[in-house]
Amino acid sequence: MIDIKKYVDYLRQYDGPCMNICEVCGSHTAAIAKNGIKSILSPKISLISGPGCPVCVTPSSYIDRLIDLSLKEGYTIVTFGDLMKVPGSKASISSSKWQGVKSVMVYSPLDVISLAVNNPEEKYVFAAIGFETTTPVYALLLQQLISQNICNVKLLTALKTMPPAIEKMCKSGSPIHGFIAPGHVSVITGSNIYQPISSKYNIPFGVAGFTGEDLIIAIYGIVKARGMGKVMNFYPRVVTEKGNIKAQEMMAKYFEICDACWRGLGNIPVSGLKLKEQYSFYDAGSYGLDEDIKINKMCSCDKVLTGFFKPKDCTLFGKACTPENPQGACMVSEEGSCHTAYVNGENI
Amino acid sequence: MDKVITMAHGSGGKDTDLLIKDIFTRYFDNDTLNQMEDSAVVNGNSKIAMTTDSFVVTPTIFPGGDIGRLCICGTVNDLLMRGAIPKYITCGFILQEGLEIDSLKYIVKSMAETAKEAGVSIVAGDTKVVEGKGELYINTAGVGFINDDRIISSKGCQKGDSVIVSGNLGDHHSCILSQRMSITNDIKSDCAPLCDMVNNLLSGGIKVHALRDVTRGGLATVLKELAISSNVSVWIDEENIPVLESVKGFSGLLGLDPLYMGNEGKLVAVVDKSDEEKALEIIKKSDYGRNAKIVGHIEENEPGKVLLKTEIGGIRNLDVLMGEGLPRIC
Repeated sequence: MIDIKKYVDYLRQYDGPCMNICEVCGSHTAAIAKNGIKSILSPKISLISGPGCPVCVTPSSYIDRLIDLSLKEGYTIVTFGDLMKVPGSKASISSSKWQGVKSVMVYSPLDVISLAVNNPEEKYVFAAIGFETTTPVYALLLQQLISQNICNVKLLTALKTMPPAIEKMCKSGSPIHGFIAPGHVSVITGSNIYQPISSKYNIPFGVAGFTGEDLIIAIYGIVKARGMGKVMNFYPRVVTEKGNIKAQEMMAKYFEICDACWRGLGNIPVSGLKLKEQYSFYDAGSYGLDEDIKINKMCSCDKVLTGFFKPKDCTLFGKACTPENPQGACMVSEEGSCHTAYVNGENI
Repeated sequence: MDKVITMAHGSGGKDTDLLIKDIFTRYFDNDTLNQMEDSAVVNGNSKIAMTTDSFVVTPTIFPGGDIGRLCICGTVNDLLMRGAIPKYITCGFILQEGLEIDSLKYIVKSMAETAKEAGVSIVAGDTKVVEGKGELYINTAGVGFINDDRIISSKGCQKGDSVIVSGNLGDHHSCILSQRMSITNDIKSDCAPLCDMVNNLLSGGIKVHALRDVTRGGLATVLKELAISSNVSVWIDEENIPVLESVKGFSGLLGLDPLYMGNEGKLVAVVDKSDEEKALEIIKKSDYGRNAKIVGHIEENEPGKVLLKTEIGGIRNLDVLMGEGLPRIC
């Protein structure tokens, strides 16, 4: 049994050099808030939320295209819950329902199979967003669509890979001294994937799970490894060095690397995945969705997502920009850094 | 009789009459309703509590309940939270064309049974039929008698008071979401009338300072409202919050937080510290209160805040529910 109190006390009393630690993944942002981790840490340790919430980083043109596909071409949009309220340049899927946008919320991408089989006269577009965690399931979906000869389902993809976005943060001179590496992504990719960036920039990475204890132990490890190009796996019960090879092979079978537009961060080379040429029949027009229109010119999401700003440093935070009326990506998803900060009273 | 509701059932003519006699008066059967007058004339009281609510849940029938049981429980529980004894209920049905008569019968029968359990009479009603996809909505009004001198209000929390939750959180929300998303599990709605629980607390002489039913928005939202109304802070311990393991697993998977999930048969009671053990015992002995727990207490400092002590020793500042509480992607 781990004596978690020892780690909690150390982090509470830490008086060494200031540490800015970035939790890349949105689920970590939510878990940190849920466990009140920030209230435990010494004022010398700051946590910064990175660009690892797939809903937050999906650009406005992608949402616009989904809405168009439903309104103009009669598709029913099939999606996960929290994408429904992400604003496009004019509206979200939720707020477009009254105009005739058809949408279905599902738990797993594979749920679209039964929808398509039971309603052969309907056309479905799956909103395929996500990171390495979700992409293998889309690969599985494609495999089944092909093997069952289902032709009334297409994918609109905005799939992203984590390491290029992390490297962009390091390159940009972000004041970050360590990364809590995404737990779910690492299950697929393996922890070794962070080693080149860690070594190149001498920044420690700690792969963490999602309980309060998991996070405390990872933060402790990262603080101790300050200045070292070291990748530590604090989530060995599910993460290995090499990851899930079978899932990686499935991804490689159907998808290939491409450049991708990240809401708030712009275009990042080789940070996306798109359907391979031979599967283009299943693509609902994912090419060229690069436009990301800021609803509000004062929005500082790009600075928040790269660690230069804390949510409360943005002039819109908690004033013009709230969860009821989000102006930027970070306030949209329940895992967004501004949303999490707002609902947990960090605006005070 | 037809198998489904048609526009003729809303005509006000013969088909409407048949529908009322075949279903509504058959199950709701009581002297006041049976008079079939334009309005119900009932006995009164010097102090009455009144409430109204609308029910639009889909699916209309779910594990642990249905829209009929739900509409009685919701209305009755709202009356109880002011210390009233629920007496009369009225109901307006908006039926969509195509609704199966058998489903309507099932729901109306369930309403009648729940009303009997809660000791209320359904004394007036109305039916309209609209075009649609065979669903139904129910609007209710409820009247309760307050026989006590004290009025229970959300403004009544005092420093040192204990906060008790009457059972596991998130069951109803998880059940409905599971049904909508075709996820198979054994989670049932907790939908229940809390009459004996509240009556026993009040007649047991417990110094009850505030009562709220923990419905939409969940415990966090309800406590935040109490903190603001009473100008106090509410401190709760995560390790004492009762949540079923299956609901923990389900909500964890979908990124939902049981503190923000809806319930339909749970209350939070804020009682004088000296009565906390007795109050807990009464709640635990009541129907639907077996899993009750003391979850926290009231402080004067930081008024308006709800502060959760997490299991790891951190403090989390809880706000009201923002948005719809949709499942997240990963």
